[in-house]
Amino acid sequence: MNGELEDELVEGIRKAVTSVTPGTKQRLNEAKEKEEKDGPKVQMEAILENIEVGEKESRPICQDTGTPTFFVKVGYDYGDKEKIKDTITKAVRRATEEVPLRPNAVDPISDENSDDNTGRFIPAIHWELVEGDELEIHVMPKGGGSENMSKLVMMTPGRGLKGVKETVLEHVAEMEGKACAPTIIGIGLGGGADLALELAKKAHLRPIGERHPEERIAELEEELLDKINQLGVGPMGVGGETTSLDVKIEYAHRHPASYPVAIVPQCWANRQTKVVQNAQGNVEVIE
Amino acid sequence: MKKVLETPIDPEEVKELRVGDAFYITGTIFTARDAAHEKLLELDDEEVPFDPSKYAMFHCGPAIHKVDGEWEVVSAGPTTSIRMEIFEDDFIERFGTRIIIGKGGMAERTLKALEKHGAVYVQYTGGAGALMANAIQEVEDVYFLDELGVPEAFWMFRVEEAGPFLVTMDSAGNSIHADVAEEIDKNLTRLKEEL
Repeated sequence: MNGELEDELVEGIRKAVTSVTPGTKQRLNEAKEKEEKDGPKVQMEAILENIEVGEKESRPICQDTGTPTFFVKVGYDYGDKEKIKDTITKAVRRATEEVPLRPNAVDPISDENSDDNTGRFIPAIHWELVEGDELEIHVMPKGGGSENMSKLVMMTPGRGLKGVKETVLEHVAEMEGKACAPTIIGIGLGGGADLALELAKKAHLRPIGERHPEERIAELEEELLDKINQLGVGPMGVGGETTSLDVKIEYAHRHPASYPVAIVPQCWANRQTKVVQNAQGNVEVIE
Repeated sequence: MKKVLETPIDPEEVKELRVGDAFYITGTIFTARDAAHEKLLELDDEEVPFDPSKYAMFHCGPAIHKVDGEWEVVSAGPTTSIRMEIFEDDFIERFGTRIIIGKGGMAERTLKALEKHGAVYVQYTGGAGALMANAIQEVEDVYFLDELGVPEAFWMFRVEEAGPFLVTMDSAGNSIHADVAEEIDKNLTRLKEEL
């Protein structure tokens, strides 16, 4: 049963790194149409042509195949819980050889690369226990360029929602094209420092174009997206109409004295798939 | 029509390029990141294994592997160029490199060197590694691989219509990066006032 899960995880990683999610592709196509000047137009055309080549040749769209990151939802009644981590790690090693992936796991003290994309706490696995008997593994290889542009601000609570908007706009302006725009901006509000950052990354799991179920958050997402796209960063920072494809916000209640605002940008190469295993053991890769 | 430049590079052709121009390259490009810049600048002239003035330089650490004993490029997009700002003017001055390919732009020191030596900085779309790999016909050579490792070594790629490369810094002192930064700043001020 775990052999099949491992095979499908390798396939899930391959599918993730050789394309972008369907919603991302649609937004990128729309963004291309909006650009009239040659500079940003050239960038958008190259992005879309690049995705086409990746899909056609099953070739990683970017040489930075990211840090292998997984968001796992395990049903309380799912069987082999103890084998999940091991299976994911094995799949990462195999994918590194078979896809292939660039080895991206370096010991921070010795600077040595493990050469197989695994190491201490890597692959990065986020766990969640849920109702039911299924297993869902969200595959999200995250590139270093966009991750480097992440930011945590422990904002003075008195600045309120206006302060949140200022913080986000200032940071996206400061990023310029460095996170490989058009980006997707993940925002985590509240919680503690750790929770805000985790929420900002987790926000990217919600598909492009899908708004937060709470109307007040959905409205904030729309407002920030509109304002970010008035900054004029444009594709790859050469100026233009589209700086970000979408904004995703998640929140937690905060301590009265703290207002963490976390921003985790995702480059246009928004690479994600889902691998799902039901109670009967059948595994499926969902793009 | 696609504008295609061939290597060895014609210095006159490069001098005429202006910001906003887009072109492709057929010929040879070599990769160089931080360690590679440092390495070449340390060497005596007779130890430099190729002529960097003839070819375009690409800020890139490729994903590459060996298939049946031959190097094969998996994906080769640009890396962030600003890291090379501390070396680039010396590099251009000493080796006469005239086309620098990267992402995100470079700063004042490089811009001055471009002006002085009739060179350009061009942006290749970040993340577009599959498209570049597709344009690479052959890995012609690799230098200092054992010493520098895969991402930092000098990889010599023979390419066919690689690109598009967008000129964002030219030899007339123009920089799209500087112009856009100014524009963003103005927009940010306005947007914050409107909140």
